[in-house]
Amino acid sequence: MTDERHSSVAGQPATSDTAGALHSVPLPPGWDEAVRLDEDPATIPDPASVEVPAELRAEVERRMAMYPEHHSAVLPALAAAQQVHGWCSPEAIEQVAAVMQVTPAYLSSVATFYDMLRTQPLGSHYLYVCTGVACHLRNAKAVYESIEAQAGEQGLEDWEVREFECLGACDMAPMASIDGRFIGPIEEGDAGELVTALNEGRQPFPGRGLSDPGFRLPWADGGAAPDRPGPPEQPDVHPAGGTWKDAEVLDMPPAEGPSPHPRPLLKPLDPGTSEVPEPDEEP
Amino acid sequence: MTETRVLLANIDEPDLNTIAVYERLGGYRAMRKALLEMSAEDVLHELGESGLRGRGGAGFSMGKKASFIPKGAMDKYLCCNADESEPGTFKDRLLMQKNPHLLVEGCIIGSIAAGANKGFIFIRGEYSVQADILEDAVAEAYEKGYLGERILDSGHTFDLVVHRGQGAYICGEETGLLDALEGKRGNPRLKPPFPANQGLYQGPTLINNVETLCNAPIIIDHGADWYRKFGEGNSTGTKIVSVSGNVQRPGNFEVELGVTVRELIYGLAGGPPEGRELKCFFPGGSSAPVLTKEHLDLPYTFEAMAQAGSMLGSGAIIVVDESEPLVPLALRLAEFYRHESCGKCVPCREGTNWTVKVLERVDEGEGTPMDLEILEQVQGNIIGNCLCVLGDSMAMPVASMLTHFREEFEQHMEEARLARDLEELPAMGAGELGAVPEAGPV
Ligand SMILES: Cc1cc2nc3c(=O)[nH]c(=O)nc-3n(C[C@H](O)[C@H](O)[C@H](O)COP(=O)(O)O)c2cc1C
Ligand code: FES
Repeated sequence: MTDERHSSVAGQPATSDTAGALHSVPLPPGWDEAVRLDEDPATIPDPASVEVPAELRAEVERRMAMYPEHHSAVLPALAAAQQVHGWCSPEAIEQVAAVMQVTPAYLSSVATFYDMLRTQPLGSHYLYVCTGVACHLRNAKAVYESIEAQAGEQGLEDWEVREFECLGACDMAPMASIDGRFIGPIEEGDAGELVTALNEGRQPFPGRGLSDPGFRLPWADGGAAPDRPGPPEQPDVHPAGGTWKDAEVLDMPPAEGPSPHPRPLLKPLDPGTSEVPEPDEEP
Repeated sequence: MTETRVLLANIDEPDLNTIAVYERLGGYRAMRKALLEMSAEDVLHELGESGLRGRGGAGFSMGKKASFIPKGAMDKYLCCNADESEPGTFKDRLLMQKNPHLLVEGCIIGSIAAGANKGFIFIRGEYSVQADILEDAVAEAYEKGYLGERILDSGHTFDLVVHRGQGAYICGEETGLLDALEGKRGNPRLKPPFPANQGLYQGPTLINNVETLCNAPIIIDHGADWYRKFGEGNSTGTKIVSVSGNVQRPGNFEVELGVTVRELIYGLAGGPPEGRELKCFFPGGSSAPVLTKEHLDLPYTFEAMAQAGSMLGSGAIIVVDESEPLVPLALRLAEFYRHESCGKCVPCREGTNWTVKVLERVDEGEGTPMDLEILEQVQGNIIGNCLCVLGDSMAMPVASMLTHFREEFEQHMEEARLARDLEELPAMGAGELGAVPEAGPV
């Protein structure tokens, strides 16, 4: 966010080393162009003179009505405009600005802050490959590189392919999000089929999506996570597994028999600080 | 090796996300009780007595926070923090996807305690499937009359809106969340004033994590005394712990606070792969300083993790085994925080950038012993000096890795430098050290 101000020059795609790169601080195209001081800043567009697709207008207005302060609808409105236009193009921004009666500059300032709002025409679908810390520990970088290589080799039109930060599915690491459908665990060898399926308009790896019917992690039934072989034991779920509808049962002692790892009494590591500090200095 | 399922008790029930199934299993009973049999003070009192502490990161008492909301007639708000972007954390996702009505009910109870008439669930945009499910649940609750004007003919009115973020970790920080919700860049605000006094649209606002709010119906249903039986000391209740990284069975496990870390990592998650030892672990998401093998037998509580020099945070354990080199891991971690720094305050914006640069040098063989000193200094200058704790969230784990594993950093730096030097030696046979270049034409 700090480092990703994009050019206001429309229609100029980001170069491959700026797209999704987490490693170098990319200089967005147009960064060295002088500000046009002789031009007036864009003002709030006249609603009568901007044509807005009916559906988009309805969605933005519906959203504006949901909040006590209509500015709150900026994020949902930009997301809706991105759906219509494929990205937050100057045209998309102009249309939202006309409906919401704010300046285009204000909307651009918001759009450039958020990773999911595209300020470059990178494609109207997204494939986010997570290389966050937990996925990093499971070979995610190599998975991302093989997907990127396949996308380069086979071509992948209209898809924004990028590395992404933790997507909140580290249990299925390494994983990726295809327009919000989480799939995982994926391996380097899956890259070819993944890209081919997207190109053919098929859903890649049916059954391996988090929200696919009947989805289970490969090790849920006693296996181990990929490339981590070994015979894991099944956890014994608390016998009172169904309890909150039935409180009394949970009052049973949690486990039968001694724990294999007896719990020691807590001793402070630093005898000087036996007082627990309050975690937050709220009022 | 036992899970104690309270929040997740019915999680495998088919169609739990529908209001029919949820109600069949006792859902919305607590809401009725809170609205029809209890006063707002009773609800607040019960939540306070339960000892429930925030599950989003800071671990602040929920009842206490709700009690800071001023009384009297004015616009007050409830915000549910469903941004869940802390690396390693995926518990809220499970709750929202499988049991969205528990959260809706929790929001209603939270709104009674705070006296709020308008609520927002701020969910990260990447969770689009979960947001759809939540929106359906909210619509079902409206249909039943559990949301909206004068719920169940009580005096309480509460509207709930699902608001999607668009990808920014900093929107999980409570004041960044408020700015994002007001339609701005998600920059954190200076505190005080705290959101309880001046939050959303400058009105008093209660902000709680998804899991925190999901505990509320359970506390109201069974009572604070029942709830306090779970857990240890000032860490009451159960906690959904996300275990990930180098373990054989990553996943969400609900345990009583106070089970040992060993039980979580080895008992439930299967431990590191066969034949490998644990090197270190993040006990509370990637922002928590790492702990090592000697901490495995500590009870998993807010207090014990703090005393060991780390924190329970969001309740996400990321396990790192001995085969994993730490420098690239630290680098990946620092890159995350650099990317997510909003840029508003200098120590965070510059500090995260310099940390990445120095770690890159070390990893690529350009580093010198002075780089490690600088690395340490930079972390020291970040901690405690930022507008919000995002900067600290990078500095603390990086500093802790450096403290516990300094030798490995030094060795990595030396090896990388040697490797680079070897690469740069031109035309030296197979690149063997000490090989004599063949005599070329004079
Ligand atoms: C950089 C940063 C990111 C945070 N991200 C989250 C988050 O994703 N989810 C969350 O619940 N709390 C997050 N928090 C903590 C919130 O600021 C806040 O403490 C929490 O939502 C309060 O809810 P609780 O009392 O129920 O834990 C974050 C804090 C910081 C500083
Ligand atoms: S690190 Fe990849 S999903 Fe969390």
